[in-house]
Amino acid sequence: MTASLQKGINALKEVIDAPIASFFSSCVHCGLCAEACLFYTETGDPRYTPIHKLEPLKRVYKQEYTLLGRLAKMAGLSKPVTDEELESWSELVYDSCTMCGRCSMVCPVGNDLTYMIRKFREGMAVSGHAPQGIINATKRTVEEGGPMGLKWPAVQNVIKHQQEDSGLYIPVDQAGVDYLVLMSSMEIVNYPEYLGSLAKIFSKAGITWTLSSEAIEATNAGIQIGASDLAREIVSRIVNAAEKLRVKNVLSPECGHAYMAIRWEGPNLMGRPFKFEVVHVLELLDELRSKGVLKMKDKLKTPVTLHDPCQIVRRGGVLNAPETLLKEVVVEFRPMTDSNKWNWCCGGGGGASAIHEPEAEELRFKAFKRKKTQLEETGVNTMVTFCANCRITLEEGIDHYEMNTQLIGLTELLAEHLED
Amino acid sequence: MNEIQFLTWVRSTGLNIALGLFVLGMLWRLIEIYSLGRKQDMAPARSAAGASGWHTIFRRSLPPQGMMKSSPISYIGGYIFHVGLFVVVFFLAQHIKLVDSLLGISWPNLPAQVIDTVAVVTLAAMVLILADRINKPVKRFLSTFGDYLAWLLTFLPVLTGYLAVKHMVLPYTTMLALHILSVELLLVALPFTKLIHVFTLIGSRWYNGDISGKRGVPV
Amino acid sequence: MDKGETLLEHMERQGMSRRTFLKYCASLASLMALPPSAAAAMAEALGKARRPSVIWLPFQECTGCTESITRSHSPSVEGLIFDMISLDYQETLMAAAGFQAEEALQNAMKENYGKYVLIIDGSVSTGMDGAYSCIGGRSNLDSLQEAAKGAAAIIALGTCASFGGIPKANPNPTGAVPVSDIIKDKPIINISGCPPIPVVITGVIAHYLTFGTVPELDKHGRPKAFYGETIHDRCYRRPFYDQGKFAKTFDDEGARNGWCLFELGCKGPITYNACATSKWNDGTSFPIQSGHGCIGCSEPDFWDAGGFYKALSTPANPLKYVAAAAVAGAAAGVAVSFANRARKQKAKSEHETATTSDLEK
Repeated sequence: MTASLQKGINALKEVIDAPIASFFSSCVHCGLCAEACLFYTETGDPRYTPIHKLEPLKRVYKQEYTLLGRLAKMAGLSKPVTDEELESWSELVYDSCTMCGRCSMVCPVGNDLTYMIRKFREGMAVSGHAPQGIINATKRTVEEGGPMGLKWPAVQNVIKHQQEDSGLYIPVDQAGVDYLVLMSSMEIVNYPEYLGSLAKIFSKAGITWTLSSEAIEATNAGIQIGASDLAREIVSRIVNAAEKLRVKNVLSPECGHAYMAIRWEGPNLMGRPFKFEVVHVLELLDELRSKGVLKMKDKLKTPVTLHDPCQIVRRGGVLNAPETLLKEVVVEFRPMTDSNKWNWCCGGGGGASAIHEPEAEELRFKAFKRKKTQLEETGVNTMVTFCANCRITLEEGIDHYEMNTQLIGLTELLAEHLED
Repeated sequence: MNEIQFLTWVRSTGLNIALGLFVLGMLWRLIEIYSLGRKQDMAPARSAAGASGWHTIFRRSLPPQGMMKSSPISYIGGYIFHVGLFVVVFFLAQHIKLVDSLLGISWPNLPAQVIDTVAVVTLAAMVLILADRINKPVKRFLSTFGDYLAWLLTFLPVLTGYLAVKHMVLPYTTMLALHILSVELLLVALPFTKLIHVFTLIGSRWYNGDISGKRGVPV
Repeated sequence: MDKGETLLEHMERQGMSRRTFLKYCASLASLMALPPSAAAAMAEALGKARRPSVIWLPFQECTGCTESITRSHSPSVEGLIFDMISLDYQETLMAAAGFQAEEALQNAMKENYGKYVLIIDGSVSTGMDGAYSCIGGRSNLDSLQEAAKGAAAIIALGTCASFGGIPKANPNPTGAVPVSDIIKDKPIINISGCPPIPVVITGVIAHYLTFGTVPELDKHGRPKAFYGETIHDRCYRRPFYDQGKFAKTFDDEGARNGWCLFELGCKGPITYNACATSKWNDGTSFPIQSGHGCIGCSEPDFWDAGGFYKALSTPANPLKYVAAAAVAGAAAGVAVSFANRARKQKAKSEHETATTSDLEK
């Protein structure tokens, strides 16, 4: 295996830019970012202060790109970053950071800490300091096409079943259509009805669409581990398929980081704008709702609350569609105390849920206490969300604390109550 | 060196050196920081009301949701000492006179009693903030020598200025000279310590607001 | 005046009442912050005092100090005090001239060796062995060293003698120094001011006559009794300073209202002298009362302490090097930015496209 410290440092030298320089120069060590981080608020451990998680990156910045820092390094006053140090930082950069982006919202001097963590992971990944769980997920996505190692025949099987159930044709590799639909392996396996529901909605709205046999997987472990080369390889499958089929839009599934990967990181990974637009499924549904195409036959009677996935809302910008859609389909919606762009992370984003070391899992459960409190404050037992990864993490937390909470995916909920 | 020579030195040679190093350091550091540049964002931007770098420059001056409640000392103490510094620095008649003589612009001053009060409140807020830094585990954990140095460099000019105006502790001449010297130390240190945030926070907030703003999220 | 006559006898002969004399002693005592009982002691001692010999040597000076004394409100008690001393040598005032004058000086030094008071006004030139200022072919430096030997005490009269004054002002072409730089083994009383206040001069002399000692001095060798507080501390315009009310020009509303002159360059806050309390011209006024800021003339190096019309808070030499510093800073920044660019470019060129095997060691 070929990871090395030198590759890691080189990667950091490549990604350090003016925003990072400005952010590090501005930090006054006020520690307010800690208050926005659920890993700090739920453990009280100062090591989980977001800016502290970036300490090695700060040193590399100073030593490489500031005159005084270089002089200090030459004079031996500033110690070089070592493999041991990066290894000890792995927990801070991966296990205890979900790149939820909340700290970036509160920093008084305006530091986008999440932006820096994302860049720091570039160096961590190729120096061999990413957690094994995320490495495995990345390998599977690159080598087998998806984090769960799902193969095309299995997808074909799902398509066949959904065609039978819905009585609608599900197109594959059809060129020139409006939408190329992406999914995550998790959805294909656990919520295959998603596909049938979409077929129903598209047929009603008169929208043409297709699946691609070359690119069905939307998730991208490459951006979670922080290896742009691998992330590019993964995202290029979608871009190539979409451009080959000359589709107008690519539809991102609920999954949060999948949306981040294709909508916001994708064009930057490819180094060029796409020839198609990237739309989140909830954005499309909300548009159809406003056009009157999406009508509900009835509403869910039980009161619900909503968990906003960070990568779709706070970091993704899909701010209003989820709530508007939810209100269409429920009788009573009780928002959490910190909701929408201020919501707290489930604790498993940014690849954290793929880390299976016992300490990491225990930490995740501790962090989940924040969500548990939020939930209890609403007083409801039904939580709606719209990200497959959040859903897994939340379910684990609910099981761990033996809570009596039911979880529902928003698209799934809408599909269930859709007018026939 | 007698106190008049000391005062004369800090007002002429000392100030020249300090202002020179400040201007030199600031330009060097700002160019060093911002010339690193950044890659153009290839993702088509989403637009949303209130979501831009410019909005964030101003909006981030207010405590974000829930933060006032979780860190009241940081915010209230921080506000008092920043606003207090601003008032004392820019509305004391003597300081206005200084700017006037340097740049030929002046504006109305506040009465000396008001400035006195503000100075005392500012000093108190700074002491509170220092206590908070030592007391709060996160702040103490993050704090380096540089943080305490920056605090001292900011505290001394206010303290010596107040003592000079009030003719306390040392003769006015000596205290005034010490006041000017402390400001000079602050000026020289500013570009090379975290005090540079006075300038870079504008850039940092802009970048943050711009990155999120392109995704349609007002931050 | 007869040499044997006491001061009191002399004054009575001049038509001055005993009451006036006692009043003078009382006010002098209070000015020098002596206890009230001292006034009586002072009156008694002064009344009985005999004329000590005083030798007054003028060096690099402008005669302003002499003017100050002689033009003091006459006839006055201060004037009479001067009558009381035996001013055996004072070039400007004495009738004698030339060899006659020099003879008088030599005689006085010889006759009163070890007892006379030496008054110096003007700074001492040390450049070119003192050749810049000579009297009767002898340099001031030389005269001072000779005259100081037999002196009981030295009074450095005026800022030049006390601190070097204007002759010592930058660039100090004559190598002017204060008396205290030359003479180290005699008590020296500095009575600074350009010129000094007459009552301060006579007060010090009176103190010397009364107690036979040098009064308590501050660290600049000035009598604390007169130089203990700043002009600003005792200024009648001080309340305006405290209220932040300042005259901005010499003819604005503030100036007419008698507001503080700080912004017009008043050096009152850093100047130790008795002007604000004893005042000038028979207690008529002092500069600030006349509408002009204090120029700080009783302080060392006042001439080089920034412009007279520049507020104390303003720099003497604004923005002298700022343009040069800006250029240097920008150059440093640009140099670093080029180096950074090269570094980043190098990092990019050394980039090896990562594969999954690059994730593990």
